[in-house]
Parts: sequence; C-alpha cells; structure tokens
Amino acid sequence: MSITCKNRKENFSRFKIPSGCAVFGVMNESGKRFGGETVIEGISVMHERSNGLGGGFAAYGIYPQFENNWAFHIIYDDKEAKRQTEDRIGESFKVLLSEEIPTRKTQRIESPPLTHRYFLNIKDNSISHREMDRDTGGKEEDRIVDFVMRINRDISGAYIISSGKNMGIFKGVGYPEDIGVFFKLDEYQGYLWTSHGRFPTNSVGWWGGAHPFGILNWSVVHNGELSSYGTNKRLVSGFGYECALSTDTEVITYLFDLIVRRQKIDIGLVHLILSSPLWEEIERMPCEKREILKALRIVYGSALLNGPFSIIVSNGSYMYALNDRIKLRPLVAARKDSYLFISSEEASIRKVCPSPDVIWQPDGGEPVIGKIYKREKKSVDKRSSRDSSYRKKKKIKIQDSLVK
Amino acid sequence: MALKLNQSEFKIERDLSKCISCQVCVRQCSNDVHEYDRDSDVIYSDSSKCVGCHRCESLCPTDALKIKERESQFRINHNWTEEHLRNIYRQADSGGVLLTGMGCNKPYTIYWDRILFNASQVTNPSIDPLREPMEIKTFIGRKPDNLEFEMASGSNNNAAKLKTKLYPQMELSMPIIFSAMSYGSISLNACKSLAEAASESGTYCNTGEGGLHKDLYKYAGNTIVQVASGRYGVDVDYLNKGAAVEIKIGQGAKPGIGGHLPGEKVSRDISDTRMIPEGTDAISPAPHHDIYSIEDLAQLIYALKEATDWSKPVGVKVAAVHNIAPIASGIVRAGADFISIDGMRGGTGAAPQVIRDNVGIPIELAIASVDERLREEGIRHRASVIAAGSIRSSADVVKAIALGADAVYIGTAALVAMGCHLCQKCYTGKCNWGIATQDPYLTKRLNPEIGTRRLVNLLKGWSLEIKEMLGGVGINAIESLRGNREHLRGVGLTDREFKILGIKHAGEAW
Repeated sequence: MSITCKNRKENFSRFKIPSGCAVFGVMNESGKRFGGETVIEGISVMHERSNGLGGGFAAYGIYPQFENNWAFHIIYDDKEAKRQTEDRIGESFKVLLSEEIPTRKTQRIESPPLTHRYFLNIKDNSISHREMDRDTGGKEEDRIVDFVMRINRDISGAYIISSGKNMGIFKGVGYPEDIGVFFKLDEYQGYLWTSHGRFPTNSVGWWGGAHPFGILNWSVVHNGELSSYGTNKRLVSGFGYECALSTDTEVITYLFDLIVRRQKIDIGLVHLILSSPLWEEIERMPCEKREILKALRIVYGSALLNGPFSIIVSNGSYMYALNDRIKLRPLVAARKDSYLFISSEEASIRKVCPSPDVIWQPDGGEPVIGKIYKREKKSVDKRSSRDSSYRKKKKIKIQDSLVK
Repeated sequence: MALKLNQSEFKIERDLSKCISCQVCVRQCSNDVHEYDRDSDVIYSDSSKCVGCHRCESLCPTDALKIKERESQFRINHNWTEEHLRNIYRQADSGGVLLTGMGCNKPYTIYWDRILFNASQVTNPSIDPLREPMEIKTFIGRKPDNLEFEMASGSNNNAAKLKTKLYPQMELSMPIIFSAMSYGSISLNACKSLAEAASESGTYCNTGEGGLHKDLYKYAGNTIVQVASGRYGVDVDYLNKGAAVEIKIGQGAKPGIGGHLPGEKVSRDISDTRMIPEGTDAISPAPHHDIYSIEDLAQLIYALKEATDWSKPVGVKVAAVHNIAPIASGIVRAGADFISIDGMRGGTGAAPQVIRDNVGIPIELAIASVDERLREEGIRHRASVIAAGSIRSSADVVKAIALGADAVYIGTAALVAMGCHLCQKCYTGKCNWGIATQDPYLTKRLNPEIGTRRLVNLLKGWSLEIKEMLGGVGINAIESLRGNREHLRGVGLTDREFKILGIKHAGEAW
C-alpha cells in the first residue's frame, strides 16, 4: 500500500470543499433508453463552468442484464487496495461478474487509477452481515450503506463510487466531456443521465472526489456551497452517516437517503424541507397546509439546505431538481415529448434539443420532478406536481400542463 | 475599627466648583454616602459606604461627581490580594458567609472572546438582511423522531395529511428569552417591564421561583413558570397559567445550594405571590426534597405534564457542572422537553461569594459537550437546549447557537438594559436603580413603561445584529446555524479546549 495514496484520500477528507460547477441531466419519462452522447454533448457546452479538476456522470438503466443485482463501481489506487477490498466483498457477497470498467485511451485524461465494477448478490449468512444486523435492523439497503461506509473509511486507496442497481457512476479528474469519452459512455444505453463539471475552489485532484456522489441508487450532482453544512452534517451523523469526504454533495445525498428512503417522506414534500418556504409565506397559507409546513420546519430544521445551490438528484425512478430558497444558483428545465432536461444553463439544453416544447426557470425552492411512467401510474405525477406547488399557485398550472 | 478605613473600595471626587448642593445625590443614595451640612452648605461624602453603583454620578445635574476605583492602599501581594484581605477582615468582623450578587467577576477564560465567527467571500454570496428575508424564529420543545404523512391517493385529494402529532412548543420570534428572576429578588416594576417586553417582542420571560404576581397574569402566555425546591407560589393554577414549566434544579451562580429571601423583604404582596406567611424567610432547600435521583426527576416531570394536561413543554434548569453532559442526557431521557443550562458566570440576586466564584464550569464548554453528547446518543431532537450564564451581546448569542444551543437566556443583560450598573449588591435590597429592591421609595425609580421600552429596544437591536451576522455567512434561517461549528474558529486556546469546543483554530480552512 503506497503512502502517497493513503495521504491523498486522507488529505481530501480533512477539508470541506466549496465549489462552483455545472450540472446537466436528461431523462426519458417513458423509460426509453438512449445513448450517453446526449449528456456528454450537453455538459460540454458548459466547459467554462468547470476547471478540469473533476467531471462525472450517473447513468440509470445501463445494466439491464443485472437489473436486480447490486452494481458496484470501485476506484483503486493500487493492487493492494483491490485485493483487500475484494476479500471483503467475497465475505459478504456472491460475485456474479467482476471486470475492469472499459475505457478508451485519451490524451486528456492523465494517470487514471484502476476502475473496476462488480455485480453482486448479498450473502444472507455471512458473519459480517450478522454483525451489521444488530446495528441496522437488517434491511438489505442498510447493509449496503454500512458496507460502503466501512470500505471507504477502512481501506486506504479503495473507494466505492457507486453502489446501486442497474445504474452506475463514472467520474474522475478532468473535464466532464473528456471523462465521458474516457469511459465510453456513448456506448451505453440509459433512460436517465446526470452529469457534473467541477470548479472546486480548493482541491486536491482525486478521482473519488469528483461528482456525482452516490450511495445505493442515489446520485447527486450539485452546484453551490452550503452555509448550513455543519448543521446538516451533524444531523446525518446522528443517524449513522459518516461524512468521510466532507463535501456538500455527500451530505445532500445522505439527507435524501435519510428523509426519503428511511423516513419515507414523499418526494413531493422534500423541497419543503430542503428549501423550505419562508415563515411569512407559511403564515399566509390555509390552515391545514400551514400546519404541515410548520411541522416540517420545526422537525426538519437541521435538514434545511442554506446557501446557494442547484442540485439534480436521482434514484432511478425519478430525476429531481431543486434550487435554494432564494435562487442563488442557476437552474433551467425543459421538456420535449417524453424527455425532461435540467441544466445550469439554457445553452446546454438548446444544444441537444434546439426547440423544446417548453423551457422554464424554476423558482427558488420549486422542485422539478420527472418520473418514469412505465413503473408508476400517471396520477402519481400529477400529485407530486401539486404537492410541489404549495408555494406558487400559478406554477401549478404550468406544471400540470407539462405533465400532460 | 481602624481596619474600616481601608475597606472603602471607591473614591468619591466632588468638584466643589461645580456642586450646587442640590442634594440629588443625598436623596438618591440608599447607602447614605452623601450628607448635606446645612451650616456650611456643603455635601460631605463617606466613601466607605459607597458600593459603586454610579447612581449619584449619573443623576448629578452639574457633573460634579466622579466615582472612581480607589487605588489599593494594601501592600501589593499577588497571592494575598486586596480582595482576600478584605474578605478576611469582613469575616473576622462578622463570622458569616460572605454574600454577593450578580455573576462571577473573576478572570476565568471567557471563551466567547476566544471564538470568531465566519463570513462569506466569493464562493458563497452573503445575504443582505435589509433586502432579503432573514429568519430567526425558534421553537423550544421536544421534536418527534420523524414526521409521518398519509399521502392522498387518487385524483380528488390534493395533499398530504400529517399523521404525527407534534409535542407542545414555545414559539419564539428570536432565540432570546428573559432568564429566571423572581419577584422578590427584583421589584414588581422590573418584573412588569420584563413580562411586557417579552410579550411585545414575541418571546418569553421566566418567573424564577417567586410565583406569579396577579398583575402579571395578563402576560402569562409569554411566561415560563418555574418550579423550584421551595415550591413558592406553585399550585395548579400557576402551572396552567404559564406557557411552559421549568423545574429549577440549580443555578449557575450557586450550583448545589438553594435561594434565600430574607424575611424583611417578604412584604404583603410577596407573601401573597409566594404563598408564604408575611415576614418569614423564604429559604429554598438545596435539593428538591422529592428529587433525590433521576427517577424522581422523571416523576416530577410527568406529574407536571399531567397537571398541565400535556399541553405545555416541561423543562429542567441545571447549573453547568463537571458532569453536565451525562446529567443532561439523563434529564432528556427523564422526559424533559427542554433543558436550560446555566454557566458559572450566570447572575444571582444573592449567593455566597465563595460558591459564585469557584463552583461550576463556563457555559461555552458546557453547551459544546452537552450538544455533542446528546447527538452521539441520537437524542438531541428530544429536547431543546437553552444556554444561560452571561450572554453579553448578540455575538455571544450567535456563538452559543453555533455551538449547539437552541436559544439563550439573558438575565444580567436585561437588568443592565433597565439601568443596573453591576455593583453586585443585589442581596442588600438597597438597589439604587430600583431593580433589586422592594423598598417603595426605590422601586418607583424604575418606570415599567420605560423599562419595557428599553428591553424591547435591546431585543430589537440584538435581533438586527444576529440577522447581519447570519446574512454575512450566507444563512437566512437560524436553524442552519444551530450546531454549525464549521463557522466558528478559535484563537489562543489549547488543543484540549479546541477538542471540547469542537471547533478549529483560526487559519485552518474547511
């Protein structure tokens, strides 16, 4: 195990890294899969928003042959880290396939680390899982979270960047469009893609530190800086999430996992927590809604994301975009047929879809939610857009019409 | 006795060329320092009686008076300081426990002054509170683990329904509450000023252990009623009048001992309010005699919840002592909805000096370790934490919240706003500013309307400053500051102190 590699990871973790960035996402709501070249083209337009210190993609629907198996993408600094990690994987999982992630030689990506992927089934009787059960109550997802946290914390030089099903995160040091070419994303077919170009204001070039950040099926790309980071971190750490990377994106991901997956808050209510309406807006609402919003703020105050941000979050069944409550970062959305586009800048959308049916700038705290029709009923869509409209009545109409 | 001469702590300088012998100073001084000599038409002053409250100096119409710290006439000795000598002389005279008032004045490290707050530059825009909304509303009370909703299904229903029932909360327009100061320790006019100001500003005041005077009933919706070891003034109506109930276990200025109101101060009005016979000493026991353990505390908490029909938060106030973190954890697990922690610099109307100056720990360290401990145990949301014990400015408020408090109590700061000059002689009942006294000649000096105005102004000023600081760091809601120690840096502290406070050294980046 080389010392330099160890230091690299540890150095990274010690600092919180504020960053400016570009985000871009595109999905097909009918679940139709399409190639990665769209998303690469979209993010490449915002080259100026990155500085070559990180780029990445999250792709959903790319592993249909392993639809129900856990897919891990892991970055290794060296073979020793790989050996240790594979031992741990062998203890807890049945390995269906293990292979290097195919890459293309390109001049613009320098000294990439080893990147491997694994398709896995969890072993029910492994000792380490019985140990975990005591901590986590034994849910398969909780075991995965726990396993990923342990590997990322304990094994230096190994970093699990993606741990969901039928999805994968591809990221590294470089401009996003080069990373996309490097990982041959044009050869994959997915129904939902998000991407990120990074402009860190303080950074060590480390592949694991690029975005998207992911855990389970979650992936988060994020532009901005959270002034509430310390408060958010303390909240999630109380629920067993270790913020090993000290990045805003990481803490946002854990908040989604905590609130949506573990506490089962409907996605249509999440923006009322993360970008909650102002008290003066809440006071003006009809009684029942006021009570709900008040309760959400009282109970989930520490989850409020404060400071400028725009995020695109996905878990495979939806693509969710949100701005901070006073809209201090850009976010544009557009629809064309069953495609939903979300971007930091309109130009990116126009590049891949020159004449969208509708294009709009969501207000601060107003979410954009795209859902897969195939898997869930259409009525769900309508409901969520209505939930999301506690703040701005006039937006309901626009959103409802969009859903149709 | 000859020693008496050396006991005057202050020097009174009267500029005879300015003095017009109007005798304001004579009338204003309850300590009889100034005396008018009719024959010579000169006012003589006996500095040995002066307590340094600056009342005469403040009111002198011709600016003829100056009260100055007297230069020590004791032989300089860094071990046997003037204060030690003075105290020994006084005790050799009296054989008693030396009393004092207000908070500890010894030069222990004041951590607030070693902590610096952050601001945004470039990567994150600061927010202008004059142009953008800035929210400092705060809720005190137990929060549920999570919220459960019934999501409407089908097209005719349009929203989520809340299934979880919230626990009772106190809603504060700003994270500042007036601390417990009893009617008895302070005058009714001072109590009225505090209650009126709290209700006008959308916050709360605390009765202390003195009961609730009937003139203050109308402010009961903004009053936290205290249940202390003496149970003065406590009955079911009192409990149900308040917005919240606080069980007082201890006080930062005198951890481990009870209060003492001498019988001379127990007037008719105070006797009615405290529900004790007129003229008797009101000596509250050191412990609650029905609380000898944490289980007993739990019983009292639930008894009070039952008595108030589970409609109000019930909290517990303790002094910050060495094991404060596990104590706080026990209190939360015993069912308290909020816990008030009073640091060693917290004020008092009367306390033995030796206790005030030597017992307890600073509030900054207590808050940091309590917040950390409760979060580690996953029970931080089950109770709000109120920090008390020398919050001197809006900066202290911001730092306390960033360390992990939900809100702060202010006592001394509120008294200063009403005129207190911190002479530390509250226990004598001769407060020249009309605050810590029951003498009608003195209490009428504090006009409750003016007192209210000044307190409202103080709260307003501090809120504006808190908003400026929040905006500067790019935060527009106070909940995003709570426990956000990333925005604090320390200077001049040891590694161990940094570890306990959970903050980084100035110069260390994220």
